[in-house]
Amino acid sequence: MERIALFATCLTDTLYPATARAVVRLLERLGRAVEFPLDQTCCGQMHFNTGYAAHAEGLARSFASVFAGYDAVVTPSGSCAGMAREVHPKLGAGGVPVYELSEFLVDVLGVTDVGAYFPHRVTYHPTCHSLRVLGVGDKPLALLRAVRGLELVELPLAESCCGFGGTFALKNADTSTAMLADKMRCVLDTGAEVLTSGDNSCLMHIGGGLSRLRAGVRPVHLAEILASTEEDPWAPATR
Amino acid sequence: MGTRNPVTWLGSPAFPEAARTALADTQLRRNLRNATTTIRGRRAAAVAELPDWERLRRAGEAIKDRVLAELDTHLERLEAAVTARGGVVHWARDAAEANEIVLRLVGDEREVVKVKSMATAEIGLNEALAAGGVRAVETDLAELIVQLGDDRPSHILVPAIHRNRAEIREIFRRSGLAATGDAPRELAEAARAHLREKFLSCKVAISGANFAVADTGSVVVLESEGNGRMCLTLPEKLITVMGIEKLVPTWQDLEVFLQLLPRSSTAERMNPYTSVWTGVTPGDGPAEFHLVLLDNGRTATLADPTGRQALRCIRCSACLNVCPVYERTGGKSYGSVYPGPIGAILTPQLVDDPHDAQAASLPYASSLCGACFEVCPVRIDIPEVLTHLRARVVSARGRTAESVAMAAAAWVFGDPARYERAQRLGSLARFLGRDGRISRLPGPGAVWTASRDAPVPPRESFREWWRRNRG
Repeated sequence: MERIALFATCLTDTLYPATARAVVRLLERLGRAVEFPLDQTCCGQMHFNTGYAAHAEGLARSFASVFAGYDAVVTPSGSCAGMAREVHPKLGAGGVPVYELSEFLVDVLGVTDVGAYFPHRVTYHPTCHSLRVLGVGDKPLALLRAVRGLELVELPLAESCCGFGGTFALKNADTSTAMLADKMRCVLDTGAEVLTSGDNSCLMHIGGGLSRLRAGVRPVHLAEILASTEEDPWAPATR
Repeated sequence: MGTRNPVTWLGSPAFPEAARTALADTQLRRNLRNATTTIRGRRAAAVAELPDWERLRRAGEAIKDRVLAELDTHLERLEAAVTARGGVVHWARDAAEANEIVLRLVGDEREVVKVKSMATAEIGLNEALAAGGVRAVETDLAELIVQLGDDRPSHILVPAIHRNRAEIREIFRRSGLAATGDAPRELAEAARAHLREKFLSCKVAISGANFAVADTGSVVVLESEGNGRMCLTLPEKLITVMGIEKLVPTWQDLEVFLQLLPRSSTAERMNPYTSVWTGVTPGDGPAEFHLVLLDNGRTATLADPTGRQALRCIRCSACLNVCPVYERTGGKSYGSVYPGPIGAILTPQLVDDPHDAQAASLPYASSLCGACFEVCPVRIDIPEVLTHLRARVVSARGRTAESVAMAAAAWVFGDPARYERAQRLGSLARFLGRDGRISRLPGPGAVWTASRDAPVPPRESFREWWRRNRG
C-alpha cells in the first residue's frame, strides 16, 4: 500500500471536520501516511439520486482525475463510497479503489483492534448504503467491540432506514420524519448516550431529531470513536 | 393515447400530499406496522431455509430477461398453443380495448365471479363492467373486503392489509354478511356462506394469471384460499386477462418461480392452491376459455433498457413488506393499484406521461435504502430504476427552481476554489446557532428544521485545518 488518499466528502469537510481529522489521526497512529488532495469536492451523489445524472457525471469525472494514481482512497462515508464504487463506473468514471473506513481498516489493513478508548454507552446504526450497497456487514461492530471502555448496546430494528435519503428528507418531509420518529424511539430504548454510525449524513438526520427533542443522546461518527485514546480522549467538537 | 390509463386512480394527489394524510391515521399506522413486521419475519425465515436462494433469484432474473428479449416469439408460440387446445386468444393494446373485449365476452350475463387479479384491477375492469350493467363479485377474501367497503386496495397480495378484524366485521355487517364475531374463523365463515352461492350461480368467471407456459399454452394461477379454483372450474365460461410479460417458455422455467413466489409473498414453502389449465377439456371445467393478452404500456416500458427490469416482477409484494416508506404511508398513498417500491417504478412507466404530476411524484417516494432490491426474488434493482425515472422526470420538467439550484451546486462543486468560497460563506450560518444547534433555517432549509435541528457549521472546514497543519 503505497499512497493512501482521504476523501473527506463535501458534507464532512464542510460541517463535520472533526470526523476527517479523526480519520487522519487514526491512520497516522496505525503507521499510515495519508494525503488529502485539495482539488476534491463532491462525489455527485445528491445530483445523481435526485435525477441530475448529467451533473453527477461531471463530478464523477473530476473525482476520478483527482484520485488517479492512489492505491487506496479512504472515506468516512458508506454512501459516498457506494456512489463512487457502484455508480461512477456506470457514469463512465470508475476505476478508483475507494474504501469506506471500516472496510479499509478490517479488509486492507487487517486490524480490528485499533487501540481506541471510549468510555461511553454506545449504540450503532448501520447505514443503508454501508449495509446494502457496500456490504460492510459486521466490520464496524467488530471495530467497536475492540474499543476499550466502550459499552456496546444493540439497536433494535437497526437495519431500518432512518428516513434521511438525501433530498427525500425535504421532498417527502412528513414520511421522512415518521421514519425518523421510529428510529429515535429505537435509539432511546437502548439507553445509550452516544449514537454512532459510518455516515455523517444519517447522523445529521437522527442527531438533528434527537437534538430537537433534547433527548440527551449525542451522535458521534465511528472514526471519532476509533481515533479516541486514553492519552487523547474524544471531546465534543467546538464550533 | 387519448384516454387516461386507469392504473392510477383519478383525482389522487401527488405522493407527498397523500402520504401526509395517511401518516396521520393512527389506526392505519398500527395495522400496517403489525402486518408488515409479521410477514417480514416470516419471509426471512422461509428464505433462510433454502441454501440456494441466491441462485434461484439469479435463475428467475435470467429466465425473465430471456422472455423479455424474445417476447414477440414467445407470445406467438403461446397463442398457437392456446388456440390448438381450444382456447381463444385476444390482443388488447390498452385498458379500454381489454375492457371492451371482456364486456363483449360476458354477453348477457349480469353477474360474474372474479379471481383476485392485478391485471384486471390495473385496467379498472370492475368499473367498466359496472358501466356495462355487469356486477363483478370479488371472491378473494381480502379483495371482497375492499369491494364491500367501497374501498381501494392498499397491497398487491393483501389488498385489505390496512384493515383490522374489527373494521372487517363492521364492513361485513353493513353489507349484510352476518359474522358471529371478529375472530378470523368467524369472518371467513361469513364470507364463505356469501361466496358459495355466487360460485354456484355465476356462469362466467374472470381471472388474471401468474404465469403462462408458452410451450403448452398452459395458464397458471396461485392462490391461498381455494376460491380462485372455484371460479376457474365451476362456471361455463372463463375469461383470463394477462399482462404480456407473464410468460415463461417451458415448464422447467415455471418450477423456479413456483419456489420463488410463495416464499417471497406468503412465506410458504409451497403454494396452497396452484391451478393450471390448458385450453378447454370437454366435460371438465369451463367449456369456453378466452385469454386476453394485455399490453397497456408494457411495450413502451420494454423499450427502456434500465426501466424494463420492472417487467420481471412476479407480484410477490416482498418489496412492499420491507419498505420503510410503505410501512408508514400504506399503499393508497401511491394512488395506484401497484403501490410500494414496485409501484413507484412500474406505475410511472405504464402511465408513460411525463406531465402527469401524480405519477411523476412516485419515483421520489423512496429514501433509496435498498431493502426492496435485497428481497426481490427476480433481482429488480429498484433503486437503480428509481434514480433513472427521476432523471426522466427532471428532463421532462425542464427549468425549475430545483434545476437551477442543482445546476448552481454542480457549478460550485465543479471547481475547488468556488467550492471553498461557498464553504466560507456557508460557515456564516454558524451565527444562526443557539446552544450548539440551529432550530430554524430560512428558505428551503425550513423544511428540514420543521422536525430536526441543523448542525452549526464550524469556523474552520477540514480543508482549512489540513492546509494549516499538513499543507
